[in-house]
Amino acid sequence: MTIKIAQLSCGTEYSSVQYEIEKAARSVGAKIVYPDVSAADIDDAVKRFGFNPRSPQLKLMIARAAKLADGQYDADAVFITTCFRCAEAALVRNELRRFVQENTRLPVVTYSFTERLKASQLLTRMEALVTIVTRKELLARERQTGITVGLDSGSSTTKAVVMEDNRIIGKDWTPSGDVVASATHVLENALKMAGIEMKQVEAIGTTGYGRFTLGEHFHAKLVQEELTVNSKGAVWLADRQRGEATIIDIGGMDNKAITVRDGVPDNFTMGGICAGASGRFLEMTSKRLKVDVTELGAIADRGDWRNAKMNSYCSVFGIQDLVTTLGEGKRFEDVAAAACHSVAEQVYEQQLQEIDVRHPIIQVGGTSLISGLVSAVGEVLGERPIVPPDSQYIGAVGGALLSSGFL
Amino acid sequence: MKVFIDPPNSLVLFDLVERFGHEPLSTMAAIQERVDNLEVDMPPMNVTLDDVVKGLKYAGVEVPSGVRGRLALWGPMIESADAAIVMDDCPYSFGCVGCERSNLMVKYLIKRRGIPVLYVTYPEDEDQATNFVAQTKEFLEGLK
Repeated sequence: MTIKIAQLSCGTEYSSVQYEIEKAARSVGAKIVYPDVSAADIDDAVKRFGFNPRSPQLKLMIARAAKLADGQYDADAVFITTCFRCAEAALVRNELRRFVQENTRLPVVTYSFTERLKASQLLTRMEALVTIVTRKELLARERQTGITVGLDSGSSTTKAVVMEDNRIIGKDWTPSGDVVASATHVLENALKMAGIEMKQVEAIGTTGYGRFTLGEHFHAKLVQEELTVNSKGAVWLADRQRGEATIIDIGGMDNKAITVRDGVPDNFTMGGICAGASGRFLEMTSKRLKVDVTELGAIADRGDWRNAKMNSYCSVFGIQDLVTTLGEGKRFEDVAAAACHSVAEQVYEQQLQEIDVRHPIIQVGGTSLISGLVSAVGEVLGERPIVPPDSQYIGAVGGALLSSGFL
Repeated sequence: MKVFIDPPNSLVLFDLVERFGHEPLSTMAAIQERVDNLEVDMPPMNVTLDDVVKGLKYAGVEVPSGVRGRLALWGPMIESADAAIVMDDCPYSFGCVGCERSNLMVKYLIKRRGIPVLYVTYPEDEDQATNFVAQTKEFLEGLK
């Protein structure tokens, strides 16, 4: 079964990136398709949509979206993409995403590209679209059964979870080094904690950057990208498997904002152009403050971000801000709070604009253990996020939960 | 009723809405509020960084700050409007926001609200002007 991803775009052909988009789709067993429209459809569609861009190709995008909304064109998922820095296109892109979501149940992902776009940058997004379409039954799974293991090979840390009959019985994490060695280490410790031997494990699920390597090494039954796996782990841990929610995962290298309906993602963004808006920046901050990153949150909670200037889109400039601020004799607590606020603000500005935030908000990932960051996200969004227990293990829990679907 | 006018700084539309017993939602009101709320030592800037950040509700960070700053003024007005009057093809001397992207987005946000909207075209002669005023009067009286 070839998954049809409808591309609604402007500028891809003239930016030399169309081939890369199609290559990314092909590599996950999908095909890029373009909803057919006639010239006569375009003006009507634009009028109905209500935003009348000057660029004709944006008008064509709108007409194509209308075909999907009316069910006149058969597609399984939607990829909306326009040139980075085009204001008109950025406005249309986001409103079209909203339009498609209001009128269809198709999963949607949006992306703004530069001429440097490579297929590998789109791989996780395309894979997630395909997973949502092809693994609907698996993603609907709400209970873990048997004895299964989830391995999450992230950019900063590697996590393992052992589950039995819908309970976590073993877990461990370590900073990521060699992909297989790190996973083997945490797996052994998690099994030890669970009192389980490897031969008793019925299925393994892998996710994260090292998922393919681990999948091959451990003969995993499930090898799946982190967007869908983390979503399942998050709603399972937060006990919010039904209804809507927004999952915010501020990772070590990139951030994810995912909206889910009954635990299945229907829109997501994944950033990571700059480490200034990721957990890595907080690591750098704690190093400069000479405190362990695990202590940073509590220190930040005692400070006030308004007392220290820290606002940068780039980790290099962010650290410059940090050095300058410390040089001015600001309190560590205020500097820590400002660093957390800066990350939260950038996640808001860069990721959360591409989705419609649904409630409740669930914050997960290793950085959700930094209480100051959770407070900052809550302040920026006007609602304190839920941080479920074991929130750093979402990927591993999702892997264990979903892999039990293969038993 | 609260009637949003587009162009949002049109004095003619403002006057007509007020004259027929409604509250015009306009740039002038938004700017007035910001001028009144300025602190003593504040530079004479009407739109602050906070406004531009608030504009993220209507457009992402990739959209230029000038568009977001404008939308921060008009977005909340459109949200609170009970009706709107939109004039198409008017010269900039009649009323203008100085930014075509903002114009497009304002029109889109109005349509998205689903409120009663009167679309009028800029009158080119006296007959058309009379017709425009009559149309506007009828629309505004119908809102009561």
